[in-house]
Amino acid sequence: MATRLKPTDVVVVGLGAAGGVAVLPLAQAGLDVVGLEAGTWLTKRDFAPDEIRNNVRDWPQSVQKAQHEVPTHRANEKANTTRAGSHPMMNAVGGTTLHYWAQSWRLNPWDFKVVTDTTKRYGASRIPKGSTVEDWPFGLDELEAYYDKVEYELGVSGQAGNIKGTIDPRGNIFEGPRQRPYPMPPLRSTGFIDLMAAAARGLGWHPFAGPAAINSRPYQNRSACMYHGFCNKGGCHVDAKNGPNVTTIPRAQDTGRLKVVTRAHVTSIDADHQGRVTGVTYVTDGVEYVQPAKAVLLASYTYENTRLLLLSKSKAFPNGLSNNHGQVGRHYLSHAQGAGVTALFPFNLNAWYGLPAQGVAVDNFADDNFDHGAQDFIGGGNLWVMSDRRPISAASMGTFGRTPGWGAEWKAFIKENADRTSTAYIQKTTLPYEDNYLDLDPVVKDPLGFPVCRITADYKDNERRITAQTQERMAQWYRAAGASATQANPLGTMGPTTHAYGGTRMGRNPETNVVNQWGFSHEVPNLGVLGASVMGTSGARNPTLTVQALAWRTAEHLTKNWKTITT
Amino acid sequence: MADDPNIGVTRRELLKRAGLAGAALTIPASAAPVRAEAGGGATPEGHPAQSVAAARREPLETLTAAESDLLEAVCARIIPSDAMGPGAREARAAHYIDRALGGALASSRQAYSAGFAALDRYSRSSRGAAFTALTERDQDSVLIDVETGAATGFTGSSAAFFAMVRTHTLQGTFGDPYYGGNANFVGWDLIGYPGVRTSVSADDQRLGATLAPNHRSAYDYDMFTKASARGGPAEPGARLPEPGEDPHGH
Repeated sequence: MATRLKPTDVVVVGLGAAGGVAVLPLAQAGLDVVGLEAGTWLTKRDFAPDEIRNNVRDWPQSVQKAQHEVPTHRANEKANTTRAGSHPMMNAVGGTTLHYWAQSWRLNPWDFKVVTDTTKRYGASRIPKGSTVEDWPFGLDELEAYYDKVEYELGVSGQAGNIKGTIDPRGNIFEGPRQRPYPMPPLRSTGFIDLMAAAARGLGWHPFAGPAAINSRPYQNRSACMYHGFCNKGGCHVDAKNGPNVTTIPRAQDTGRLKVVTRAHVTSIDADHQGRVTGVTYVTDGVEYVQPAKAVLLASYTYENTRLLLLSKSKAFPNGLSNNHGQVGRHYLSHAQGAGVTALFPFNLNAWYGLPAQGVAVDNFADDNFDHGAQDFIGGGNLWVMSDRRPISAASMGTFGRTPGWGAEWKAFIKENADRTSTAYIQKTTLPYEDNYLDLDPVVKDPLGFPVCRITADYKDNERRITAQTQERMAQWYRAAGASATQANPLGTMGPTTHAYGGTRMGRNPETNVVNQWGFSHEVPNLGVLGASVMGTSGARNPTLTVQALAWRTAEHLTKNWKTITT
Repeated sequence: MADDPNIGVTRRELLKRAGLAGAALTIPASAAPVRAEAGGGATPEGHPAQSVAAARREPLETLTAAESDLLEAVCARIIPSDAMGPGAREARAAHYIDRALGGALASSRQAYSAGFAALDRYSRSSRGAAFTALTERDQDSVLIDVETGAATGFTGSSAAFFAMVRTHTLQGTFGDPYYGGNANFVGWDLIGYPGVRTSVSADDQRLGATLAPNHRSAYDYDMFTKASARGGPAEPGARLPEPGEDPHGH
């Protein structure tokens, strides 16, 4: 029999990038908040610069809830189902922001109105067949204040490209207007990054330093970045990476209104017969608890948000919570993050140190930043070149067909070339489609006996055409900087990824969306959903800052409409 | 960088190159900062491969003596010791693997037993001698069969076995010495990695800068909590993935 705990105002499920931000406006408004987190607190002492622990062994010392719940994947309903060996996300207070790259982009204006803008400029026939893409229920202008809020609350370094309509060519000339500069200047450059930026300018492109939730100078009494080279899947040893664990969560705790519960494995969101949520059930060390609350904010990850809703069945919601319109799990997309380009240079790049967020971006081929009139796709990709290398990964490099993969000749090759390669990261527009979706796996279960999430999804022609064109552009850029060889890497599958969107899409129409324009369920008035699961388009850049801006906005909406939402 | 390193290389070319590899010289003393009893160094083409038993220095933690001999021999062919400097043998990659098989790589323990048994059977049936008794050139030709999936008698694909051993050999040669490999930092010196630092300046990141190797492990810095050297599971039954590269994106 579950232990029934003292009721609270709001329970937040998951204290990662989204939930960890939402707790602050809730607590500041005087609401009592219980934050349930499957993982534990980790501190900078836990973040050793250790490639084996962080990159090879996937953080085995942390709580491994997600690792027991790796989603299965199949390309379509007739394809074989496979299961990856590991989950891309981690459990901890702060979630995967502990070891993410911290690239903190705002979406470009086009991403909010893909249907309207595409139709206006090229005609409705240019929306790919089978895509379920919709405009967002609001534009960038609505989200700008929240982007600004989280950039300053968390701390984001970057170079503005558009302040109130005034373009600054040092930043991204394609970004939408912002009200003021970033709170910190961009992370510094490196010799190699300078070389790449110069090559981009030589091609007539517009290179700029990308934004990162990492301190380029001391901020909020925390250190500046030390550029030590272990940021990629590594936590920060000086707390210069601005996850909620060092920013919004401690600030919310300081109000006395937030109770953080670690090792809490949420198994269901509970609803009454009237279709309102009453709280959540969770398990800690084998003991079951019920935490009653007046409102619930679901803030795990895209796969777990979907799974928890589908698992939370009740009389009012026989097909899963908030799923009476059958929209939970629909409109899934990931980010076409594969298909980078690797280049080999005839000189050392000195890239042993730095971090993935220290780099140079080109946005000329992203979104609708170029004329698609003669193209056979919409959208595009952001090109990103960075300073990121570690020894095992460097020694595991491909040899461009020049030597075998082992033995004396291979040894000579890696000795010469270990510091001479660069792999670009190209994030590409991915659209939602009718036949790309999430549901529960009929066979595979987690250790508690609950089905894991199943991904049914494949890239379509639009994503593949973007891939081909952006890889060509990237190879051109590397060659302009002096690369002696380039190699296009495969796109891969749509299996579990760090950039997973949809499943609880946000929109005004309850027939095609799970949550409304404020992030609250169309069917369950006191249930909000946070995370990229509410996003209907991917943009061509990392989702986290958008997730955080939306989380703040949804939490603020709850505080401003507390009585309406909770009674 | 998950590309096939052998794209465009025929098997005959591989054999030819393997033969050239066997012609490598012994290591100059300056390039082999290891204890004398570690041995190391390739032998001229056609001579029997060096006794691997003589190279083993640490007590075994997981493998049997016979398995350990085979592992030492395979590691020494994947990253040979030659004129260019020490290889996997001096790095003690086999020691790293032996230790990890009792912890983080425990799920691979069975694959090692079965794979080494198959390797030795295949060596005897196709080359007429135990793998460790073959010349380096013959060892290489056997390993090419294993790598390409042409070797018979393996459970599943021999190529998967080779890829696993290669991946772990690289971890044991280029990983942090804390885990029992990369002894005396020979792996990091080979590829020019200047060592773990906790702070790096702008000048350190300019083109042409050359940083002196500092020969420091992450755990030489007192500021970090020590990881388990075996890297065992955090909870019983935890799934322990072992990809070298993050397959998920960022």
